[in-house]
Amino acid sequence: MAAQIFSAIFVIIVGVGGCVAYFWGANKLVDLIFPSRGVAGAAAIDNLRRQGLVRPWLFVGPAMIILTIYLIYPVVETLRLSFLDRGGINFVGLANYEWAFGDREFRNSILNNIVWLAVVPAACTFLGLIIAVLTDKIWWGTVAKSLIFLPLAISFVGASVIWKFIYEYRGEGQTQIGLLNAIIQHFGGQPQVWISLPFWNNFFLMVILIWIQTGFAMVILSSALRGIPEETLEAAVIDGANPFQIFWKIMVPQIWGTIAVVWTTITILVLKVFDIVLTMTNGQWNSQVLANLMFDWMFRGGGDFGRGATIAIIIMIAVIPIMVWNIRQANKETGGH
Amino acid sequence: MAVATGNSFASRFGVHIAVLIFVAIWTIPTLGILVSSLRDKDQIIASGWWNSFSSSTQTEAGRLPAASMQVEKDGKFVLQGNIFGNSPVRNISAFGVKSAAPTQYPAGTSADLGDGVTLQLNADGSFIMQSPKAFEGDRGQRVYYASSAPPKFTTDNYKTVLFSEGIGRSFMNSLTVTIPATVIPILIAAFAAYALAWMRFPGRALLIAVIIGLLVVPLQMSLIPLLKLYNGVGAFFGMPSKTYLGIWLAHTGFGLPFAIYLLRSYIAGLPREIMESARIDGASDFEIFVKIVLPLSFPVLASFAIFQFLWVWNDLLVAMVFLGTEADQIVLTAKLNALLGSRGGDWEILTTSAFVTIIVPLIVFFSLQRYFVRGLLAGSVKGG
Repeated sequence: MAAQIFSAIFVIIVGVGGCVAYFWGANKLVDLIFPSRGVAGAAAIDNLRRQGLVRPWLFVGPAMIILTIYLIYPVVETLRLSFLDRGGINFVGLANYEWAFGDREFRNSILNNIVWLAVVPAACTFLGLIIAVLTDKIWWGTVAKSLIFLPLAISFVGASVIWKFIYEYRGEGQTQIGLLNAIIQHFGGQPQVWISLPFWNNFFLMVILIWIQTGFAMVILSSALRGIPEETLEAAVIDGANPFQIFWKIMVPQIWGTIAVVWTTITILVLKVFDIVLTMTNGQWNSQVLANLMFDWMFRGGGDFGRGATIAIIIMIAVIPIMVWNIRQANKETGGH
Repeated sequence: MAVATGNSFASRFGVHIAVLIFVAIWTIPTLGILVSSLRDKDQIIASGWWNSFSSSTQTEAGRLPAASMQVEKDGKFVLQGNIFGNSPVRNISAFGVKSAAPTQYPAGTSADLGDGVTLQLNADGSFIMQSPKAFEGDRGQRVYYASSAPPKFTTDNYKTVLFSEGIGRSFMNSLTVTIPATVIPILIAAFAAYALAWMRFPGRALLIAVIIGLLVVPLQMSLIPLLKLYNGVGAFFGMPSKTYLGIWLAHTGFGLPFAIYLLRSYIAGLPREIMESARIDGASDFEIFVKIVLPLSFPVLASFAIFQFLWVWNDLLVAMVFLGTEADQIVLTAKLNALLGSRGGDWEILTTSAFVTIIVPLIVFFSLQRYFVRGLLAGSVKGG
């Protein structure tokens, strides 16, 4: 363990030192090869121009190399692998895709993912918006927001343990130590094994993600609400609008852009949700989702890279519309100035 | 938002209640594991954690001594003693001799067991059993009783998970993964962000678009090719493919798009005059970056560091793919996941381990919330 700590410290020093040495050294090298000081005017200007050509690439170079190895190459390679067999050697055409759409588990995952996509972003955004509006009106709103925001710092695995404890089931008549079953039993209901209830168990897993992500939606929307010009609200009050009308007709339309951002951010997160399903049910009782199925096929029976890659591609296809929209928005923004 | 919508007392009161309910729903689950992790492990399964401050009542079973212990007194055969033996005395409220009715008789009363046999069990555990006939058999009478124990809080669970369940070691592993994986991307991203914000070069717009695109690429796309690549590199050099170096670089790669994006949008917003006056004074891009941009960017660097720290610390997927499951490599999240499988019903272990895994993020989060929120706003609102 001492060796491990030492190596971590060593890496920090070497990593940071290496970065500093690279950027400083490369910069010095450019200055040496194309000197701009101490040479005649025309040559200096020429060299300055050359420096201007080279230097940006020195700055973005390391980032580009790492991005290429860790993200760009894998995207291409995953696409290629999805047309190959389990070991990634023989070309099998669309066989993996045909398998996927014929596979019961895969179809179940797609269905579940659609339900997750329909429920979680909507629930987080809606709850986040309501809490943002309510907390803005009270003196202890900041504290309340802080507490609701807190689960965002908790890992999905940690949150799963927290909620598994809430869903804990003991036989009927026994003392329930799970909060949910205790409440149900207190009111004379029947305790349930929540995470294996067919179909509904998905919702009990979704609750965990909603619990984590509502704070995110709340913070972003709260700051957008603060940006609404006071005059529009005052005018609405003078015109006799009631609170609901003010909320739906004045406030919500002015923050549509932010709502869309929150919605899409959570949508992407939902597509990648893996930890919660793995730790709560590992896909049993028809609660499988694509990301967990993909992980499963990566290692199942020694690993089937073809099928795993195919499932990854399906997730990617779902993300592409959001990606295109994001890039367009960003281009609009930078195009503006 | 100074405009109060609905000023009546009732509606203001309603808002307070509504927020209170939301806060309760959002904090009670975490409170549950914190309280449970500090409870005695027998009490965790005996009563819900919300009852942990009142005495917990549990129904237990015990056995009276065998017939050989009987004494004859006044023509009656008598068995006497204390049901708790040498263990600490608890408070008995009721007892019974049938499992179907474990609390049939209140403590201190004499129960008629038929054939003239009586049994009296007192609150302190002392009992007396009398019979007109001699007791037989070498197994004593089975007795059920409801006992209550005073609330008991302990830090034993923490000692257990930290030192004998391997959570302590995993904690170190998590730190080993997280700190370098947080520090390394910062400088690399900062240089790239400066170039993308303030330097003119061909392909710049394309690069920015690529980075924004990469922001949303699911991690799942990278896993298989990188796993193959790591296996290949490991085999080529005759080294294990699952190393800390591997995961540091992987987290650096996965964190870079967001880092560059966040830093670029901040650095691009720095006042142009500062840059230009520095340039007129003869400063090179490198000098401008080191002397002006880096110090001014401290808030956004802090924001990114917190994000990356939380993300790496809380990550399970990357750790499961790129690190082994042995004690010297398994990180907290993976360990917790393994415990869920192997110690499924042992809530004292699970709640305590869970709390150990979330304590560091919570501290980071509470102490640096300002930077965290700022990063969140910069990273997503402009990201639209």
